[in-house]
Amino acid sequence: MGATGLTYAILMPSGFDPAELLAQHKTGHIVALGLRFVASGDAWCEFAIDYDRRLVSDANSGILASGPIVSLMDTAAGFAVWAKRGGFKTQATLDLRLDYLRPSRPGHAVTGRAECYRLTRRIAFVRGLAHDGNPDDPIAHLTATYMVLKDEA
Amino acid sequence: MSDVALLPYADFLGIRIEGERDGAPLLVMPFSEGLLNLQGGIHGGAISGLLEIAATAAIDATLEEGEDPRSLFKPITVTVDFMRPGLPKDVYACGQVVRVGGRIANVAVSAWQDDPDRAIAAARMNLAITPPTEK
Repeated sequence: MGATGLTYAILMPSGFDPAELLAQHKTGHIVALGLRFVASGDAWCEFAIDYDRRLVSDANSGILASGPIVSLMDTAAGFAVWAKRGGFKTQATLDLRLDYLRPSRPGHAVTGRAECYRLTRRIAFVRGLAHDGNPDDPIAHLTATYMVLKDEA
Repeated sequence: MSDVALLPYADFLGIRIEGERDGAPLLVMPFSEGLLNLQGGIHGGAISGLLEIAATAAIDATLEEGEDPRSLFKPITVTVDFMRPGLPKDVYACGQVVRVGGRIANVAVSAWQDDPDRAIAAARMNLAITPPTEK
C-alpha cells in the first residue's frame, strides 16, 4: 500500500470532530449548562449533564427540570446531524418532541444519545434517548427534525 | 390570576415574569451569552426551556392559593416548532391553557422577540395531573 497519507484521508470516517469544535467555544449555552461531550460516531453523538441543584424544577423534590434535558437532547441531536453530514455545517432545528418517560433521580447525571437515522438534501431526521445511569431504563425519548442548509461558498 | 413562582431552572436562564397577557403570565428571557448556540443564535434548548416554563406558569396561575403546583403537574410530552431563528436579543413567551381536565392539562405556548405576531417558536405541552389523594 503506497501513498499512506491519502489512504488515511479516505479511511477517516467523518470530517467532523465534536471535541475540536467544542474546544473553540469558551462561552454559550453548552458551556453554561455544563454539557459534557461523551462520544460520537458516524451518525450519532452522546452528551451528559451532571446533577446541579440550579437546574431543578422544584427545590423540595430536587428533580431536574425538563428544560435542561431538552437542551441536552437538542445538543446531542444537532451534533448527530453534523456527524452524519461530516462537518460543522449550517442547520436549524425544525421541530422536536420530547416524551418524559419518568422523572430523573435527584443526584444522578443524565446522559443523552441521539442518532441521525435519515438525511435528505433538506431535512435530517433524528431520534434519541436520555437515561440517568441505566440505558435500558430511559427517562426521556426524543424525535426531532433539522433543516439542512447549504453553506455559502 | 394567582401569584406564580417560577422554577429554580428559570432563575438559571435569567427568566422573570414581566407582566400579564390575556390572563396568563408574560415571561422574558433577557439575552445573555450563556444562551447562545455554536452558530451564534439562541440555543433551541434554551428557547424550549423558556416555552416549558411559560406553559408551566400559565397552568400554575389557574391554581388556588396554597396548592403545590410541582407535586400536582408533571410534564408528559412537549412538542416544539421552530419558525424563525432566535436572534441574540431578549425572548418573550406566554402560555395559553387549552384545557385542564381531570387527569391531563394541555397548554399552548409561543415565544417571540420583537413582534408577538411573529413567533420564533411555539409549543404544545401535555401534563399529567396528580390529585392530592393519589400522592
